[in-house]
Amino acid sequence: MSRIPTSALIGLVFTSAYFLAALFAPLIAPYELGAIVGDVWEPMSSEHWLGTDGIGRDLLSRMIHGGRTTIFVASAATILSFTLGSTLALTAVVVGGWVDMLLSRFIDLIMSIPTLIFSLVVLSVVPVTLPVLILVMGLLDTTRVYRLARAVAQDVNVMDYVEAARLRGEGTRWIVFREILPNTLSPLVAELGLRFIFMVLFVSTLSFLGLGIQPPAADWGGIVKENKEGIVYGIPAALVPAFAIASLAISVNLVADWVLSRTTSLKGGR
Amino acid sequence: MSKMKSQPSRRAFLGYVSALGIAAALGPVSMAEAAPKKGGTFVMALKGGESTNTLDPALSLSHVTYQALRAYSETLLNVTEDGGLEYRLAESVEPANGGQTWHFKIRSGVKFHNGQELTAMDVLKTMERHSNEDSKSGALGIMKGIESMSVDGDIFTVNLTTPNSDLPYLMTDYHLAIQPNGGFDDPAAGIGTGPYKVTANEPGVRYSFEKFADYWDDSRGHYDAHEILVINDDTSRAAALQSGQVHAVNLVSPKTAKLFARAPHIKIETTDGKGHYIFVMHTDTAPFDNKDLRLALKYAINREEMVDKVLAGYGSVGNDSPINAAYPLFDDTIEQRKFDLDKAREHYAKSGHDGSPIVLHVSDAAFAGALDAAALFQQSAKAAGIPLELKREPADGYWSEVWNKKPFCASYWGGRPVQDQMWSVGYLSTADWNDTNFNSPEFDAMLLEARAELDEAKRRETYGKMGRLVREEGGLINPMFNQFIDGMQQEVTGWVSHPNGNLMNGFIASKTWFE
Amino acid sequence: MSFLVVKLVSQRIALGLMLLLAASALIFVGTQMLPGDVAQTILGQTATPEALANLRAELGLNEPALSRYFSWLGNALQGDLGTALTNGKDIAESLSGRLGNTLFLAACAAVVSIPLAIILGLLAVRFRNRWPDKMISAVTLATISVPEFILGYLVMYLVAVKLRWLPSVSIVRPEMDFLDRIEAIAMPVIVLTFVVLAHMMRMTRAAILNVMESAYIETAELKGLSAFRVIASHAMPNAIAPIVNVVMLNLAYLIVGVVVVEVVFVYPGMGQYLVDHVSKRDVPVVQAAGLIFAAVYIVLNTTADIIAILANPRLRHPK
Repeated sequence: MSRIPTSALIGLVFTSAYFLAALFAPLIAPYELGAIVGDVWEPMSSEHWLGTDGIGRDLLSRMIHGGRTTIFVASAATILSFTLGSTLALTAVVVGGWVDMLLSRFIDLIMSIPTLIFSLVVLSVVPVTLPVLILVMGLLDTTRVYRLARAVAQDVNVMDYVEAARLRGEGTRWIVFREILPNTLSPLVAELGLRFIFMVLFVSTLSFLGLGIQPPAADWGGIVKENKEGIVYGIPAALVPAFAIASLAISVNLVADWVLSRTTSLKGGR
Repeated sequence: MSKMKSQPSRRAFLGYVSALGIAAALGPVSMAEAAPKKGGTFVMALKGGESTNTLDPALSLSHVTYQALRAYSETLLNVTEDGGLEYRLAESVEPANGGQTWHFKIRSGVKFHNGQELTAMDVLKTMERHSNEDSKSGALGIMKGIESMSVDGDIFTVNLTTPNSDLPYLMTDYHLAIQPNGGFDDPAAGIGTGPYKVTANEPGVRYSFEKFADYWDDSRGHYDAHEILVINDDTSRAAALQSGQVHAVNLVSPKTAKLFARAPHIKIETTDGKGHYIFVMHTDTAPFDNKDLRLALKYAINREEMVDKVLAGYGSVGNDSPINAAYPLFDDTIEQRKFDLDKAREHYAKSGHDGSPIVLHVSDAAFAGALDAAALFQQSAKAAGIPLELKREPADGYWSEVWNKKPFCASYWGGRPVQDQMWSVGYLSTADWNDTNFNSPEFDAMLLEARAELDEAKRRETYGKMGRLVREEGGLINPMFNQFIDGMQQEVTGWVSHPNGNLMNGFIASKTWFE
Repeated sequence: MSFLVVKLVSQRIALGLMLLLAASALIFVGTQMLPGDVAQTILGQTATPEALANLRAELGLNEPALSRYFSWLGNALQGDLGTALTNGKDIAESLSGRLGNTLFLAACAAVVSIPLAIILGLLAVRFRNRWPDKMISAVTLATISVPEFILGYLVMYLVAVKLRWLPSVSIVRPEMDFLDRIEAIAMPVIVLTFVVLAHMMRMTRAAILNVMESAYIETAELKGLSAFRVIASHAMPNAIAPIVNVVMLNLAYLIVGVVVVEVVFVYPGMGQYLVDHVSKRDVPVVQAAGLIFAAVYIVLNTTADIIAILANPRLRHPK
């Protein structure tokens, strides 16, 4: 238990490197956010480690600043959707009856509207700022988390030990947090890593529609989009951010996998 | 042309007439030089089509419907590659009454795709549909000067409220495609007199055509069949050409054009046009109502850098005027405005602006690379101490919610065949699309004066004065004129660049052939 | 099957229908809130004010919203979805072709990806924490986290431009037969499989692992059943609810959310159709397409719920 497996270690190292870079972005980025310092799509060099982008901005600096936005928005939205989604779902299952019914149908209703139309409408009515962006993304994703958490919790809710706890006279809170939550954790953790990645991709979709991050700031997905014409010609400006998203995804999920294996073995010990 | 002598003839019109003569004479000669091969299916992949499109010429707006219109329909006259005019469905044109009345002799023996014969009545009905009070036509604006129209045999006559020697040019507008009964029965039926007949119409996906057997002009329409595929994604369109699925594509992205053209079976054709990528300020809204602030911004933009980076060199620098050398009667003595941070600082200080951020609304919907251009502008303005703030707007709804509404935004103009039309639609104080809210009585007076001017040299001089006035006082920041960049297979033969539009002003399917 | 199950199932179906009605109202309100004006967007930058006013009157945009909603709903119930404001085409007709294409692509992608995801998930559980598990995990994660359009371009360049095995764009022509169609959509199917595979595979793995710790699995293992047998016939059925849920989410995505893949491969499906009409503010089309999407979601969700009810013996026989 005390030894961390190699894969998880790699995941932890990369994840914390990305998060630290995000945290200290202004200190470590070699150039200012929007500064134009070179020619179009310069190759990698000692001056510009990752080359330059489509209008001659230093790519490394943009990646570091962009990582900050990406990671911050995606983490905040994921935390929001998980906290809200699983709390609502577990409560709905435990309380049952019309609360469950009402909540579940309401979630179904929201989910039945295509996300694209939903975000288009909402974000074109309210002004797009970072908090609004996080809120919209988090709330839309809450519906997905809710459905999954409810499905898992429903199975757990009819287990004998939950029944036993009810007979003991435990309150709803106890049942939700002491009985059901620990036993639904592993599918939820597996989902958490993926949801985080979907958030990263969702931010870039919104940037693409003109509703996301305001220029000259950018997120990683946005940087890919800015330089996407260069993809098939092997221009680093298009491939580096894609690689960053993929490696972030893999490392976050390696950590999630490790947590997952720990929770299942914990349960095995009961 | 005997009638001409008895009329107070206009030099400008003589110019057109000689252009008409030249075009008519050249037609058969070029035919003899290189006999086009007939046959084959010509497939194009185009950007600029949506599933909302219609074949109704009045509502045509995008690249795809424009090209489809060129394939299946025709106008009375066309603009030639050198800026002159050539006769199409009109056989001849004669002015009367000092250019206030115009007689168009309609070509005989022309058939519509439904078998009907073209008559002058069809022409009259078409023009009526576009100039009708209830019309939704994109050409309604240019039909406004018409007082009455009539038909006598094969002569179609237009009476104008004021003389206008540019009327034949107005008749070349692609919206004014002649339809049977003017399209009153079914405007979107896709029936015209063009070289290709519509066989499939799937908006936003594809259009297919077959050669119209009864087409009147043997020097056009060499392919047996023609197909237009709608591919809006730049990379996918390029891949379709590279993999040999299509023969031609429009709007090649400038940044990758050079990389793209490395493939041996592909060629790139570039054309200097009249289109310009611009930023527009409302001259009547604070802080842009201050001339010094406008000048500060005009000096703070680095035009050379924009042409290099946004257009990858496929274009030329602008001079804060919508007119360039591609127009007839262009005044080339107007001094080129340079990137000058000192002057920018000086004017900015003089404007007394409070230093709060100046918001520039922008979206790539305005033009390809608008966000990049705005980011470059922001950096160069920052160097002059001018705080520019970018506000990215959704591409969706940009032309209805931002353009012409926000006081400072990115925009695009495709240009017009002649200066009079360009100035009239975009800079006359009463113009509908005056997107800088430019209001100068002096300018308006000069425009009317030029329209009535007989002497070409004087007209050129007046246009020059108008250009200088807009450059100095106007709300237009014009950093660059873009080139059209079209890509095609080497086997496509007969290419001639046309400054008025990409893919040979829409006639690539009519005028090229496979070698 | 017990009476209770029938009751639960029919309740869910009735609820689904009510949801659809509520969704139609929500879609209508949403489309009314979209900024911009259909007349302006149809005519674009070069519209004159007169032309705008004329078009607006003709499109009935001056009538009150509520009356427009009810007349639309009434017609929609009779199968008449009206005509598009922008090009005057019959919506039901244009939609049915597009919907057919979308369902065909989604079905092909589902046929490939769902069994593959479940098999890979089972394999991952079988070889838990050993190299096959880690390989499967890393590869699927990599494919899911690369933006779809990059995957699309890379596949397109490799298969169509370099190798010239398949056409680079998935244009569908009416004269094509079944095999031609399969060939046309082969590349989008590959990309979509990459996109949805990881999600379903990981959920299968996690959900099965979750029940692997239960006492009855231990019993099965002690009985000496093969590891694979234990996983497939003992653990899997009890993990079905979350798996079905994720499968349904991804099926819904395959039908509703493939806009990007459609754009890259120029496939004439629903996504592109809807986005075009949203950006033109063609309200009747957006409503019709939104309603169909909502129906798809509700049907899939209801199915997932019903399967969960049927699969869980304790739910069927609550104490």
